[in-house]
Amino acid sequence: MSTLASYPTRWRRPPFIASAYWRWAIYGGALVYLVLAVGSVEVNWARLAEGLQRGGRLFAGFLTPDFVSRWSDIVIGMQESLTMTVTSTVAGILVSVPIGVGAARNLTPLPVYLACRAVIALSRTFQEVIIAILFVAMVGFGPLAGFLTLTFGTIDFLAKLLAEDIEDIDKGQVEAIRSTGGSWLQLLDYAVTPQVMPRLIGLSLYRLDINFRESAVVGIVGAGGIGATLNTALDRYEYDSAAAVLLLIILIVMAAEYGSGLIRARLQ
Amino acid sequence: MPVTRAHDGLPEWRRSTPRQALLRWFGWLLLVALFVFCWRVMTQDTIWAYFWDAPNQAADIAARMMPPRWSYIDALWRAMWDTLAIATLGTVLGIVLATPVAFLAARNTRPSAALVRPVALVVIVASRSINSLIWALLLVTVLGPGVLAGIVAIALRSIGFIGKLLYEAIEEIDKKQVEAIQATGATSLQVVDYAVVPQVMPAFAGISVFRWDINIRESSVVGLVGAGGIGLNLEASLNTLAWSQVSLILLVILATVLVSEWVSAKVRAAII
Repeated sequence: MSTLASYPTRWRRPPFIASAYWRWAIYGGALVYLVLAVGSVEVNWARLAEGLQRGGRLFAGFLTPDFVSRWSDIVIGMQESLTMTVTSTVAGILVSVPIGVGAARNLTPLPVYLACRAVIALSRTFQEVIIAILFVAMVGFGPLAGFLTLTFGTIDFLAKLLAEDIEDIDKGQVEAIRSTGGSWLQLLDYAVTPQVMPRLIGLSLYRLDINFRESAVVGIVGAGGIGATLNTALDRYEYDSAAAVLLLIILIVMAAEYGSGLIRARLQ
Repeated sequence: MPVTRAHDGLPEWRRSTPRQALLRWFGWLLLVALFVFCWRVMTQDTIWAYFWDAPNQAADIAARMMPPRWSYIDALWRAMWDTLAIATLGTVLGIVLATPVAFLAARNTRPSAALVRPVALVVIVASRSINSLIWALLLVTVLGPGVLAGIVAIALRSIGFIGKLLYEAIEEIDKKQVEAIQATGATSLQVVDYAVVPQVMPAFAGISVFRWDINIRESSVVGLVGAGGIGLNLEASLNTLAWSQVSLILLVILATVLVSEWVSAKVRAAII
């Protein structure tokens, strides 16, 4: 039985990265980078100490939010944000659906596919706020610039996911409609739409949610909405009003998420 | 099956009953009405002359952007380093804060359903509903302008994202492995260590890299409100109408985003 003595009696869990060479290279590289990065962060301790006091005031503002004194500004901001959300989602869906269909490889010829994928990639690259800056420069301050930004941003999300969904559909139904002699449009109407509709509605509701959250941000660069109200309140050190705005945003997002969850659960 | 009688008396298949069709049209009508109403409220103060002038403005800006001022790149190296640091350190801090929240929120690992789980869920929702730019706006007033505010802003926004996806991954684990470890008499922490962690590790790594990729984009704009990174240069260039610098900055951001997306796709492909 002496041969069994060399057999390990304690189990050791396998490492996450199997190759020892890569494991040490990745961990070592990450450690060196983290040390360098942390070292390069400049912290102004005096300002930080002063800031903690302000942080306390901000926190106190959250406990006693002031909805009253800036109420009219909040109403205007919310009105802009909510209308921007609805219009940009609807317009975004109208633009994304044809692009999404065009970007599905099983329905369209290669040149159309590549063109639609290029539009999606273009819409993906930049953060919404940067797009908002460019639109503000083009059409001026106000919610119209925000509407254009969010519509543009919707394309990336909706068209991409819709295209992936269409590529995953059941081929049997497509062939069945094709064998009856249905045209391309009839194919779309009777074979594709019924299969992707529930998911399209789900994605649209989810995007409605995202667009509201984004509408709170584009205001910071002048594209209208509740973000402008929030920015002004913070600039004036009115932390209790800012807290009121933030609480309203969180409430609306939670309500929207809950509502869209209910609708999606019913659809599936 | 909805069937109607056609003119010649033969049954004809329809997709929906007349009642369903009517309801559907009513739904569409409501949606269109809502859209028109929102559109009118939104554009009541719009100056349309500016809108119709937009193509000229766009052409003007494009002309000013070309060619990019390449010599400005020297001022951007440090800004890019800061941007990467904000994204990476923000993601790391976010992971550190989100992991316990996710374990407290998951139905199969939470210590208490009545007290701890709702609190963890509220943390996740609050973090998710506030955009990182707004977090940055708040933190700049508290911590002062600089990279630190950016890092904390990115971290706070990441908690919700990582926390939500991670707790969903934890809830989907295989129960048998948990029971096997429990059967050996392990404590609850050992169960988490040997049965839960190995199962969620691939999902966890994938989520983290995915969020890092998103954070690269976000960290390029937190500078607009003073939280450090290349956004500071963007803000300064915009304020001085130096469009040739703006175009260079946009190109640099584009290159960074493409590289980070490539890295993230590679890492995720290696994990899954």
